[in-house]
Amino acid sequence: MSSIQDVQEEIIGEFEILGDDKESTIYYIMELGNNLPEFPEEERVDANIIKGCQSKVWLTARLEDEKVVFFADSNTDITKGLISLLIRVLSGRNSQEILNAELEFIDKIGMGNIIGSQRSNGLAAMIKQMKLYALAFQAKQNV
Amino acid sequence: MSFNIEEIRKLFPVLHQEVNGKPLVYFDNAATTQKPISVIEALSNYYETDNSNIHRGAHTLADRATRYFENTRKILKDFVNAREEEEIIFTKGTTESINLVASTFGRKYIKAGDEIIISTLEHHSNIVPWQMLCEEKGATLKVIPISDIGEIDLEAYANLLSDKTKLVSIVHVSNALGTINPVKQVIHLAHEKGAKVLLDGAQSTSHLDVDVQELDCDFLAFSAHKLYGPTGLGVLYGKREVLESMPPYQGGGEMIKEVTFAKTTYNEIPFKFEAGTPNIADVIAFGKAIDFIQSVGKDRIKAHEDELLGYASKTFSEIKGFEPVGTAKEKVSVISFNIRGMHPFDVGMMLDANGIAVRTGHHCTQPLMKRFGIEGTVRASFSVYNTKSEIDQMATSLAKIAKIKNK
Repeated sequence: MSSIQDVQEEIIGEFEILGDDKESTIYYIMELGNNLPEFPEEERVDANIIKGCQSKVWLTARLEDEKVVFFADSNTDITKGLISLLIRVLSGRNSQEILNAELEFIDKIGMGNIIGSQRSNGLAAMIKQMKLYALAFQAKQNV
Repeated sequence: MSFNIEEIRKLFPVLHQEVNGKPLVYFDNAATTQKPISVIEALSNYYETDNSNIHRGAHTLADRATRYFENTRKILKDFVNAREEEEIIFTKGTTESINLVASTFGRKYIKAGDEIIISTLEHHSNIVPWQMLCEEKGATLKVIPISDIGEIDLEAYANLLSDKTKLVSIVHVSNALGTINPVKQVIHLAHEKGAKVLLDGAQSTSHLDVDVQELDCDFLAFSAHKLYGPTGLGVLYGKREVLESMPPYQGGGEMIKEVTFAKTTYNEIPFKFEAGTPNIADVIAFGKAIDFIQSVGKDRIKAHEDELLGYASKTFSEIKGFEPVGTAKEKVSVISFNIRGMHPFDVGMMLDANGIAVRTGHHCTQPLMKRFGIEGTVRASFSVYNTKSEIDQMATSLAKIAKIKNK
């Protein structure tokens, strides 16, 4: 599996091809949402809704072979695309890697300008929640 | 001024820019309107030449600032056809105007068991202050239902009215749907039961001729920034006898007649409700905004906006997946809609990528959205400076967006 850094470089490269065209960038992000792994229906509960997002985002995680695997969904296509990027970078890694991850691709692809400040806050809330899952799994493993 | 759209557009500097590489199309006028150059210049002129505190200064600048400030009160008196300029109170905005009535009129006149009536169309700012008041006083909030096209049910309203009704607080024009409420009838029916009526005019004053004497409302609340004026400024109109009977709002300077440590006597209206140094520069600039409206003419503005509404309704309805929300017979130039299969946020963001500014979400009317079983809408709202070619630009963009889910 490629490192977190490698995956971030890949994403930065993909967004570089899109250039400054905001419209194509947004369409691209929406398409990325189709790559999201199917969200387990039993997890679609209010307790899994991330606070701080304008649109609805459900996030859950499982520990599989000591790796944290994330599942997420949203009621808006753009948000789905954004989560799929986070999942691509962080899912299937061990807790410590997730906790150490510095997600520099978000700034490097100019995400703040693309999605605006409200959605950027939502994105930050998603990352925080993913790291909290990693922290919780790590605590459990260390018991 | 005759209605020359190009000349009008020239007066609004903000319109002449590109957003995301496309010419800006500003269709978020129900949120706030853009400001003509006369308003912008009035703000800087005031600070450059007249700045001083008003009403008690013994010097030339203070006198000049006071005259300009009070002149706006006169302009606003004429604008809503109040009997006297003392009936015009400056506030921070519609929200504060409503809260002022809740805290003063409400404090004095609403008792346990009383009822306040609002409608399903209300903005949160005309719901929450009354909920807070009802909770405090043990009063009850009643809600007028609406039909599927977004019109209030007058018959149901008449049945809600009773001797317990002390206040009807209703929106004149719905911010989310554009529905124009039959407020003259609403007011008449309320008065028959002895209830007072507050009209939320945040969205009506910019589109319609609002004449408080003809409507006979007891209060009218509205904001400057939706009338081509500055933000953070609003108006509460109230009938003199009602205002005089109300206790003061906030305590401080300006609102007093005489202060001793034992007792304070209060100033006359409007000053009784204007504690502290007011928003002088913005009030003066607001006068210029009203001058702009009067120079174009409300009737000409309305005719232009109605034409845009008709054109947009027709053009957008040809787009596959376009689902209008709120199609009342009497509407101002607001189109609320969804695109089938798409979230309004996504539609709004894709329109923005094409330089088109609209509002998306619940528009601070969550109970109304719930009534329609939706989370929110995309709202395009048109103003005096908008054009048919801008609507074409949006329609082209919208058709492309809608195609993603509506092949």
